[in-house]
Amino acid sequence: MWWRSASFILDRQQNDEALRQDTSSTITPPPPTESSMAMGLATDHNPNNISAYYQTRAAHHAVVTSDWLAQAQAATTPHDPPQSTSAADPDKPFSVIDEFNNWRRLPDLAEAVAAIRALAAVIRSSQASTMMQLEIELKKASDSLKAWDTTSISLTAGCDLFMRYVTRTSALEYEDFNSAKSRLIERAEKFGEISHKARKIIAMLSQEFIFDGCTILVHGFSRVVFEVLKLAAQNKKLFRVFCTEGRPDRTGLRLSNELAKLDVPVKIVIDSAVAYTMDEVDMVFVGADGVVESGGIINMMGTYQIALVANSMNKPVYVAAESYKFARLYPLDQKDLAPALRPIDFGVPIPSKVEVERSARDYTPPQYLTLLFTDLGVLTPSVVSDELIQLYL
Amino acid sequence: MDPSRRAPRSAIDPVPKFRQVGFFTPGAPPERSQSGPPDPTHSPPVSDVSPSANSLSPVMIPPPRHLSDNLAIHARPTLASPLRAESLAAGGGGSSFGDFFPAPMSPATQASSSYSSRMAAGEGSFFDRHGVRGDKGNNNGKVASSFPRGGFDLTAMKKVSGGGGGGGSGAGVPASELTTVSVVNDSLAIHEKEKANRGGGSAVEAKDQSTGSKQQKPKTTKAERRALQESQRAAKAAAKAEGNKASGTATSANAKPAKAVKPTPKVDNAAVAASEKKGGDCPPEKDRKKDVPQPRMQYDDKSRVEKAKRRAMVKQTEARNRVELFRHLPQYEHGSQLPDLESKFFHLDPVHPTVYKVGLQYLSGDICGANARCIAMLQAFQEAIKDYRVPPEKTLVRDLTAKIGSYVSFLNECRPISISMGNAIRFLKSRIAKLPLTVSESEAKVSLQSDIERFISEKIILANKVIVKHAVTKIRDGDVLLTYGSSSAVEMILLHAHELGKQFRVVVVDSRPKLRGQILLRRLLEKGLNCEYTHINAVSYIMHEVTRVFLGASSVLSNGTVYSRVGTACVAMVAHEFRVPVIVCCEAYKFHERVQLDSICSNELGDPDIISNVRGREGVNYLDGWANVENLQLLNLIYDATPSDYVSMIVTDYGMVPPTSVPVIVREYGREQVWI
Repeated sequence: MWWRSASFILDRQQNDEALRQDTSSTITPPPPTESSMAMGLATDHNPNNISAYYQTRAAHHAVVTSDWLAQAQAATTPHDPPQSTSAADPDKPFSVIDEFNNWRRLPDLAEAVAAIRALAAVIRSSQASTMMQLEIELKKASDSLKAWDTTSISLTAGCDLFMRYVTRTSALEYEDFNSAKSRLIERAEKFGEISHKARKIIAMLSQEFIFDGCTILVHGFSRVVFEVLKLAAQNKKLFRVFCTEGRPDRTGLRLSNELAKLDVPVKIVIDSAVAYTMDEVDMVFVGADGVVESGGIINMMGTYQIALVANSMNKPVYVAAESYKFARLYPLDQKDLAPALRPIDFGVPIPSKVEVERSARDYTPPQYLTLLFTDLGVLTPSVVSDELIQLYL
Repeated sequence: MDPSRRAPRSAIDPVPKFRQVGFFTPGAPPERSQSGPPDPTHSPPVSDVSPSANSLSPVMIPPPRHLSDNLAIHARPTLASPLRAESLAAGGGGSSFGDFFPAPMSPATQASSSYSSRMAAGEGSFFDRHGVRGDKGNNNGKVASSFPRGGFDLTAMKKVSGGGGGGGSGAGVPASELTTVSVVNDSLAIHEKEKANRGGGSAVEAKDQSTGSKQQKPKTTKAERRALQESQRAAKAAAKAEGNKASGTATSANAKPAKAVKPTPKVDNAAVAASEKKGGDCPPEKDRKKDVPQPRMQYDDKSRVEKAKRRAMVKQTEARNRVELFRHLPQYEHGSQLPDLESKFFHLDPVHPTVYKVGLQYLSGDICGANARCIAMLQAFQEAIKDYRVPPEKTLVRDLTAKIGSYVSFLNECRPISISMGNAIRFLKSRIAKLPLTVSESEAKVSLQSDIERFISEKIILANKVIVKHAVTKIRDGDVLLTYGSSSAVEMILLHAHELGKQFRVVVVDSRPKLRGQILLRRLLEKGLNCEYTHINAVSYIMHEVTRVFLGASSVLSNGTVYSRVGTACVAMVAHEFRVPVIVCCEAYKFHERVQLDSICSNELGDPDIISNVRGREGVNYLDGWANVENLQLLNLIYDATPSDYVSMIVTDYGMVPPTSVPVIVREYGREQVWI
């Protein structure tokens, strides 16, 4: 059972990298040294079949807990902890992807925030002496980050957001380059708090929508949704939660564990029983990997069909998502985005002739969503695009 | 793109990307307001002219009638002497009057007659409105709203004139030259005072001027009057700078009386008055007039149609069996105008030959398609500006605006201007209005020409490139793309996707009577694309194999409604029903802030004869002579409105947006369009 062992993920990464060590090239301007090769993560792209995005999710949300991960990490690699930046290590060339990977191992850190922290590390280690140079360097770093994992929406969104901030905060506003630089670093540090704060805001905003005696259907494990339910439980609201199983990562199981700890009545529902249970449900609560320009969301596989069922039974579908997940994407249909592939274990061997649909997420069009709870407020899906236009244009 | 626009946003310090909402940050200033009102540093110019930008609603609207040409046109039919008529016509509604027409009377009498007639006219038309049209609710309301200002104005004048012999007391009674000079002076003084009051800050100065001129009045020469006018103008300009912030209601209230002071054509010496006004106080009135959005011309409004007809260049004969539901739209006989206009080509006309040519091309249908029409118009204007000379004793800004206005009205008669053209005209006029007074004639012309050039290249050509770049990402291998009619943007997208080596098939859907799809089909086939051609009747059959629908648009309105070639709504509806994504490609300069719910209230009607007969089948002639059948009305609509529900995405130069975001783009960039 692969999800039982956290080291599986790390092992697999290392194996994959070792295989194509010779073909890999580092993105950093200086030539690759031995140590960075041994690190093995400094490739321009992530040629795994399994998307890196999915690995993060598996590491964070699956039954694998963070302490297992920490143990496995300690056992397999002599990594320096994420807090010590690579700038402290002078003989190793700096790689933004290493940095990003260090950050994203932290279980409570969103991917977008990890990306921003990694970009902040780029600023810190940068030798640039003008704002323009710094901008170019940052652009390169963010491009390589984005190219490294094209499937992750929040990674792309995080990079874009930070670049936006840097380009908008022109050096003119500061008297000299160094203060501008430290300003940017400070700003990036803040992002971590912001993501934490955003969840709190969302939890507060959504309290009014949870009434006593309601039944909430939840799909997958979302930190934001968990925050919402936790706050509702703390506020002594009486409600019960249906958790979908969330095959194959079993993310629903983890959420039900966590909720049971809070003494919230929970029922686990297998993914195919959503329609069966829908008449008991008062509202559907889902998180999102990305909120796209149409106002629709990209989320764990199965969200679309839950939204369809809920819509046909006139149940509200609420989405909890931080605003840094807003992405400038406009998928027209399910196949219109790069699929994030994942391994699926069926328990029995599958003949090689049989194809397996391995995509990890789907796109839910805006007409099936009722409201989006974001740190910008409670929005209808159509407002997302307005926000994005103002943010990016 | 524009750093100056972005500047205020980057100034928001700590968290520019996140707005704090809700009870979490009660103290923090809500960043949301940033998006709402324009920031104060930019607002004055915006509030200054943007209302004027509204004055031209683009489709089916008579061209903005500026007072000068308006007056000339109104005056023309009433003129008895052919000499006068010719002089006015040659002047193009605003040229040197004195050259052609030496004043028959002494300056004093001229002045007196003009002022008194203006006064009389003002009162006359005011009463006229009240009495004759008072029963119409709409007009009534307008008059009432304008009353505070206009009412005071007129009563004050009446008091004076009433004492002096009732120069303008009766409604519609023409003022005669018998009015004594003293009365005229008094009324003039009051007029000046009133104006000075409006002028606000520089009131004292203006009053001084007026009193100074009052004593001199009987013996004023042309030069002196000129000086007086100049000073008034300067005062007004100064006042305008600070008086900008006057509320919208105030300006609209001001604007009405200005209109009411229009001389009635019946007045014998209206021509004199007109010329006087043109030089004198017409500019401020014109400015104020611009603040009020022009009501759209309703062609079932008899009196207005009459008026419009009188100044029309193109002789239109009304169609006989007009479609009842569309009576508010112009319905004319087709085919008769072209030879008529062609014969007029070498006559001395106020319309520049290039504009004339473009007009004829519109009329004959040689130029069609929103972008092509818009570019042709702008290039013609460019030529016209190049050849333009400021007539003596005119200012470039006013005269050129009037000139462009007359061109636009000519083009509008040839074929009703489209929304995109309306936006382009609005842009050009705002550029003219924004020209600094100090700039020389040649510099102004050069800058206007380059502005037009820039509009064409940035808003149309570059925008198309960006649209192509965005839209191509939505074409995948194995797609079947459906398009309707012939859209330049869609054509570029398909060709570019083909150049990129994508494997796809195109279904070109076409419809009678224009069969524009055949042009597109031919161009696509030349480049070696796989195509299929069908008529709109088969669209529901073909739709099930289609994966994407690409449509062009004439305009996108702010409720997301797509205003496009007739039949588009049908295609979009069928695609929606088959769950095929509908992608509308439209440049942002075609966006308009209007909201339209149906295709009836604003549309264009084509030649009904075209749909009555079938090309290539002479035997099908059941509708021959249909015009004589009383109870048959043929309707050949040109545009229709597609509700936003059927549109999945709109591709613009600002990226791919859902139809719900059109108002955001209109709000955020509509101004920039005018202000580039």
